[in-house]
Amino acid sequence: MDVFVQQLINGLTLGAIYGLIAIGYTMVFGIIGMVNFAHGDVFMVSTFIALIGFLILTTWLGVASVAVALLIVLIITMPLTALWGWAIERVAYRPLRGSFRLAPLISAIGVSIFLSNFVQVAQGARNKPTPPMLNGGFTLFERDGYAVTLSYKQCLIMIVTVLLLAGFWYLVQRTAFGRAQRACEQDRRMAALLGIDVDRTISLTFVLGAALAAVAGVLYLLYYGVVSFSDGFVPGVKAFTAAVLGGIGSLPGAVLGGLIIGLIETFWSAYFSIEYKDVAAFSILAIVLIFMPSGILGRAEVEKV
Amino acid sequence: MADAMREGTARGAGLAEILRDAGLYALVTLGLCIPIVSYRTDLSQTSALDLTPRWGVVAGLCGAIFALRLVQRMVLLRRDARRALTPAPRQATEAVDATPNAGQRISGLALPLFLGAALALPLVAALASGGLGPARYWIDLGILILTYVMLGWGLNIVVGLAGLLDLGYVAFYAVGAYTYALLATTFGLSFWLCLPLAGLAAALWGMLLGFPVLRLRGDYLAIVTLAFGEIIRLVLINWVDLTGGSAGISSIPRATFFGIPFTAGPNGFAATFGLSFDAMHRNVFLYYLILALALITNGVTLRLRRLPIGRAWEALREDEIACRSLGINTTTTKLTAFALGAMFGGFAGSFFAVRQGFISPESFNFLESAIILAIVVLGGMGSQVGVAVAAIAMVGGPELLRNLGFLKAVFGEGFDPNEYRLLLFGLAMVAMMVWRPRGLISVRMPSVALTQRRGVSGALVREGHG
Repeated sequence: MDVFVQQLINGLTLGAIYGLIAIGYTMVFGIIGMVNFAHGDVFMVSTFIALIGFLILTTWLGVASVAVALLIVLIITMPLTALWGWAIERVAYRPLRGSFRLAPLISAIGVSIFLSNFVQVAQGARNKPTPPMLNGGFTLFERDGYAVTLSYKQCLIMIVTVLLLAGFWYLVQRTAFGRAQRACEQDRRMAALLGIDVDRTISLTFVLGAALAAVAGVLYLLYYGVVSFSDGFVPGVKAFTAAVLGGIGSLPGAVLGGLIIGLIETFWSAYFSIEYKDVAAFSILAIVLIFMPSGILGRAEVEKV
Repeated sequence: MADAMREGTARGAGLAEILRDAGLYALVTLGLCIPIVSYRTDLSQTSALDLTPRWGVVAGLCGAIFALRLVQRMVLLRRDARRALTPAPRQATEAVDATPNAGQRISGLALPLFLGAALALPLVAALASGGLGPARYWIDLGILILTYVMLGWGLNIVVGLAGLLDLGYVAFYAVGAYTYALLATTFGLSFWLCLPLAGLAAALWGMLLGFPVLRLRGDYLAIVTLAFGEIIRLVLINWVDLTGGSAGISSIPRATFFGIPFTAGPNGFAATFGLSFDAMHRNVFLYYLILALALITNGVTLRLRRLPIGRAWEALREDEIACRSLGINTTTTKLTAFALGAMFGGFAGSFFAVRQGFISPESFNFLESAIILAIVVLGGMGSQVGVAVAAIAMVGGPELLRNLGFLKAVFGEGFDPNEYRLLLFGLAMVAMMVWRPRGLISVRMPSVALTQRRGVSGALVREGHG
């Protein structure tokens, strides 16, 4: 029971990070129907931006409070990562509208390879550790010497995720941009006829997705304390699994899928084998895509001829 | 990059506008470089991270992007001006009378040319560098390139002909390699017996993995094959009892000349044929072995394209729904493509194992799949010659760049082009999709023609319309 509650907390934390990345996948798929394979690497780029930003703040500018430093890092990482998202869409995806079916996916794989090797060349191939931040936590209850704790990091991750999702939900449901975004998702041509700037909406979708991935990146850096140029691939695939599991194209689905994937991963590691945790994630991806491609909250797709 | 921002500004753009546009590009580059390029992090002695500012590199990058964009806009401006003077030809007449351009003309001559060069390479290398020993570098490079050519041709069946994007192709390469390694180390079977077995095992896995993904559409299929590829790699890492885990399998028996080993002893290859012993005989033999395997792959593919199954593949690539409504069994069509592609991957895998003498799961990661896919994509998805050219350019190119002295003079002593190889791979994939989605040498010969065979320029062929 104690182990179960502890794993539940760990799983929800991990799931929150996956959920934030998954939103980027699901929004892009919803609006232009492509799997943005490079999204995991955009996330990886954001962890590096956060790492360097944090180092500059703490060592050069002498910001003593970790909380203040993290807040500033969050604020600068979001626009810088969003710029990457915008530039990638502009350069690699927009010229491909109307090209053949698999062109955007191949282009996205190219961007993904480019990004991870760009960071490798610019920052070196070794793992980059940060000094541990925000140590300690609340002890929820203690039994037989096993303490179930909720660390400050986990608290912060959950609070930031909930706040951001609330803001994001408001943006999509209540603002003009959100309306335009949802309209484009339903029918891009009709939306264009009604005077919506489709290209701009798509650009903004990429910007938003990248900004949310940046938040996930900052939280990931905080949680694990180490980043590497190859860190984009596996979290990216897991977040994509989350998006598909929740029903690709559905925003609540992405968050739900993220939480489920996070829980499955931690419980699998705790109760079965930690070596096979990535096998579990990839297997879920394959099983979901094969047997329920519309996911939990998604709608089935009908191909018209 | 060009097409994206050109809309609306193409006509009547003045110099000031072009400068502003190039400046915008440089500004975006500056934003992207902060702080990834501008500060390098390095582990210091105390295992903390040190920051080194590198604003010079950032300035160089921004300047380069500015200059590139400027040149590109100038060229486009002149081209548009020239186009404005000549009346636009009608697309239909252009399509029928498409005269082959330089690239397409070359592709006709390319096959015998490549074949001759490939056959002569060990001889030429030995003559040029004075003996087999010094030629080792060139022969090994040739083996490496040919391995990728073979893998590219194998994947080409799946991606180029059948239009199924397979991101886990390296799994079959791994199956082939491990099949040979395990059979040879456990049961002591010879390479020549294991080669067909490895191909068979890989084909079986191809069917096994292909079966569940039959119903999926393009990009989902790609992701599932990626997942399968990763699962196989992770199982290879974790199933330590069978595969040796990340340590891999070492001391795999080396290739023999149909039973005669390449050793210095009295029963060795050199003694049997009355030659003086040279360790390079094995490498030369391996070179011709992979060349033969690659040519078999090519030959089978070319033959199959003329058979009903090959035409079914191409029909499937163009339009699956139309294909099915014509009564083609898409299940068997997809499965044969998967199985055949996997089989050639398996052959290449067992060749890899016999050449290296050591295999570990690290050789079979997703990046390897991506490289093979990049070769197929750059080769024009479906063009055999294109795949070979792409493999030579992408695998051999960086190797050759490494030996160019002046690059070191420009970029400093520590410059290693291999570091930038994958960076360029990624960029090239994007650039191909944006500018030449049908490949560098893109001519599509219809497999079936009524009266006269005419090449159709790739630029005029779109998915579902050609």
